[in-house]
Amino acid sequence: MKRRDFLKNAAVFVSGASVSLGALELLDPRQLLAANPELRWGFLVNTHNCVGCGFCVKACKVENDIPLEANVTRTWVERYVITKDGDVVMDTPKGALNGFTSKLIDQNQSGMKQVDDEEIAQAFFVPKLCNHCDTPACVQVCPVGATYQTKDGTVLVDRKWCIGCGYCIMGCPYGVRFFHPVEHVADKCTFCYHRISNGGNTACAQACPFGARQIGNLRDPNDPVAKAVMNQRVGVLRDEYGTKPQVFYIGLNKEVR
Amino acid sequence: MKGHVWRPLLVVIGLVIIILVARMFYVPEDFGAQDRGYTFGYHRLSNEQEWKDYPAKYQDSEYCSGCHDDKTEELNAAQHGMIPCENCHGAAFDHPDDPEKLTIDRSRDLCLRCHSELYMPSSGRNDIPGVNPEEHNAGLECVECHNSHNPSLEEM
Repeated sequence: MKRRDFLKNAAVFVSGASVSLGALELLDPRQLLAANPELRWGFLVNTHNCVGCGFCVKACKVENDIPLEANVTRTWVERYVITKDGDVVMDTPKGALNGFTSKLIDQNQSGMKQVDDEEIAQAFFVPKLCNHCDTPACVQVCPVGATYQTKDGTVLVDRKWCIGCGYCIMGCPYGVRFFHPVEHVADKCTFCYHRISNGGNTACAQACPFGARQIGNLRDPNDPVAKAVMNQRVGVLRDEYGTKPQVFYIGLNKEVR
Repeated sequence: MKGHVWRPLLVVIGLVIIILVARMFYVPEDFGAQDRGYTFGYHRLSNEQEWKDYPAKYQDSEYCSGCHDDKTEELNAAQHGMIPCENCHGAAFDHPDDPEKLTIDRSRDLCLRCHSELYMPSSGRNDIPGVNPEEHNAGLECVECHNSHNPSLEEM
């Protein structure tokens, strides 16, 4: 073989081999993820705007097939009344499914309580829902891998895989999980994953006439929710648990638990 | 080793093999630690798609205005324009195909969700005109006097 042919063949072989090696290389999921624009769902609640109408609770229950009259709900609204003496009175009748229409505040076994208008220093509503934490306690305690976090941050429950042991319901510091009375599995807010993944809004945020609830992508600097979380004074619930909640509140008081 | 050691040991080994074989068939292929790792992401991947395919019930007010633009214009011109259609008219589902007609909630209780007067000084509730439901025409339905799309009595 002539030297020229040898070099030519060697060049062809090497280039051919390198192409086929490149084609055989397996795709690393992390590389694929980096190629996609990053997405991390987050939620913003403006408590100043909430008027306690409870349309969000009703919309959530209808949208997600939670029986209306069952005493469980994926989202609810709490009423806080703080008196001038510093007493905190709060209630959430039926999770505010029918809103707040009475001045009587339900104090469970001690009955209904009415605080005179002159006695009230502060009174406001706080909507609650799953915080879709960055380090969710409920997911860690699941013994069968039925509850999990997606790469875009939502915490979901696999209804086919859940054995209904209830560890996650006990593990959640925010009490957002419950036992679904019809499906007989653990259930919780999904951020309306079926709606937001298909370009929609969550049922609760859409039903809110006052814009008290908003969902957005925390990784997108132009997203109104991400902007508010970055530039405004927002708080989260029970920060001390280290769960890194991703539902942010504007106007959160220390009395709110 | 003697028989009394081997026999139970074989039973245990057999059980372990049976469990491992059963597991191979029972656990779906896409089950495992996904993007969020073993602690937070151990799950059946196809369940994410199952949740994405969950049927939506609510459309939105834009969907309504596709056909009922006369009504949505009337509504948007008034203060109640901030309220989404489906809050009172009910979730649209696949209307007009299924259901053909929506059930409208015209009840007094629906109006009172916002318009029952509560003293809430650190909430937007205080900015909404409120009535005491026991004194303000008790027993009557609100819609007997007010137009729900534009409730101002002066503009009627």
